Amino acid sequence: MRYAYYPGCSLEGTAKEYDLSTRATFRALGIELEELPDWSCCGASSAHTTNHLLAVALPTRNLVIAEKQGLDLVAPCAACFNRLVTAQHKMEQDARLKGKVEQVVEGEYQGTVKVKAVLEVLATDFGVEKVREMVTKPLKGLRVASYYGCLLVRPPEVTKFDDPENPTTMDALVEASGAEAVMWPHKTECCGGSFAFARVDIVEKLSNDILAAAKSNGADCIATACPLCQANLDMRQKAIEKQFGTTYNMPIYYITELLGLALGLEPRSLGLGTHMVESLRLLREKELA
Amino acid sequence: MAVVNLTEIVRNRKEFIDEVEKHGGKNVNSCYQCGKCSAGCPVSYAMDYQPRQVMRMVQLGMKDKVLSTSTIWLCAHCMTCTTRCPREVDIAGVMEALRMICRKENRPIRERKVPLFHDLFLDIIRKGGRQHEFQLAARYKIATGNLFQDVDLGRRMFFQGKLRLFGPKVKGAESVRKIFEKCKELEGDVQ
Repeated sequence: MRYAYYPGCSLEGTAKEYDLSTRATFRALGIELEELPDWSCCGASSAHTTNHLLAVALPTRNLVIAEKQGLDLVAPCAACFNRLVTAQHKMEQDARLKGKVEQVVEGEYQGTVKVKAVLEVLATDFGVEKVREMVTKPLKGLRVASYYGCLLVRPPEVTKFDDPENPTTMDALVEASGAEAVMWPHKTECCGGSFAFARVDIVEKLSNDILAAAKSNGADCIATACPLCQANLDMRQKAIEKQFGTTYNMPIYYITELLGLALGLEPRSLGLGTHMVESLRLLREKELA
Repeated sequence: MAVVNLTEIVRNRKEFIDEVEKHGGKNVNSCYQCGKCSAGCPVSYAMDYQPRQVMRMVQLGMKDKVLSTSTIWLCAHCMTCTTRCPREVDIAGVMEALRMICRKENRPIRERKVPLFHDLFLDIIRKGGRQHEFQLAARYKIATGNLFQDVDLGRRMFFQGKLRLFGPKVKGAESVRKIFEKCKELEGDVQ
């Protein structure tokens, strides 16, 4: 199995452990990743609130490169994934827009590349059962709340992946790793996303609701597949605890970190230990790292 | 209680609805005010008008009123409303369209920091091809005068190797800059 790989800007900075753990886990499973040559930013949450054409053109520049590469494209960041599939959807629906975008990016867009989230590649293309067979260090005793957030599953006619209200692919991967996927109601609630700058109060309120729900449903930790979700729940957790007078001390892992661990990879090679909420202590307590 | 003169308002509504739909807000007229969007909206508690009310204002052509709400800036674009709408109205898309119109016409903006963040975000991509989080955070703090927001968090991130002081180098940065230029030519306002 071979894919083009679009890391996206966050994975070069605050989410570098998502990049490390995705590459390491895929390598361990025998899935090859070829980084998209000379990729550029997808415009994330800013382009689509500012200029309709720009919001489609920025992802399309990368889609055109991927088409030349001739491989399906994996986008680990949920925001990048969403912008890429949204651009595809809009051009499919509107031939005039497609023409305009092609003029802007100075390239032809064919629509031949399928864009996939990490969860889809692991659970559907590779297969949950095959992941389970390759687990050498089952994460026994770890209780994980699978948190999908908004951008992987909404809107469903665009993302065409899992269920928008009760997705289950990450839960299946958590179970395959030997951990327990807890039932909880906040799988797809919003963390506040890009309001981390302009309205921190909103991020703190929404992220607190998510952390509280995970805790009251018995989770030891949360698994994510989105750098924005991870950043808000992890980096803001200390401030949230202060603001709401509570203690969570809840590690926020990327699903690829947990899977890598279960596949027998070294915690440091997955970037574990670089989170703001201490992420190794819980694993050591459970004798998993 | 405010008085709304429907006869006067309705006269100009078609033009405004067309404008909203041109900017990507689809099926505005299909909304039948069930309120499902507002019930599921995670940010509705912080908005001055509920998403349902914004939809009704657009239908009635209440342009000045709707463009002055905080709601259009506080939509987090989580797309819960768009996903759940029984009438297939892209409510999050309508919010985006309203922001674009507001900016195009240089109207006063509630929640000024929200578009400020997006402007800085796009400026960095325009110049370098990719986002550079450290630069974004630094410029945002300077622009808002809030230099000490999250200083401790920044320090801890730096020591975890999560803040790159220097931006990435993209060979195709020039082609990204051209994309911005052409979008501005064809659609106006980019930042």
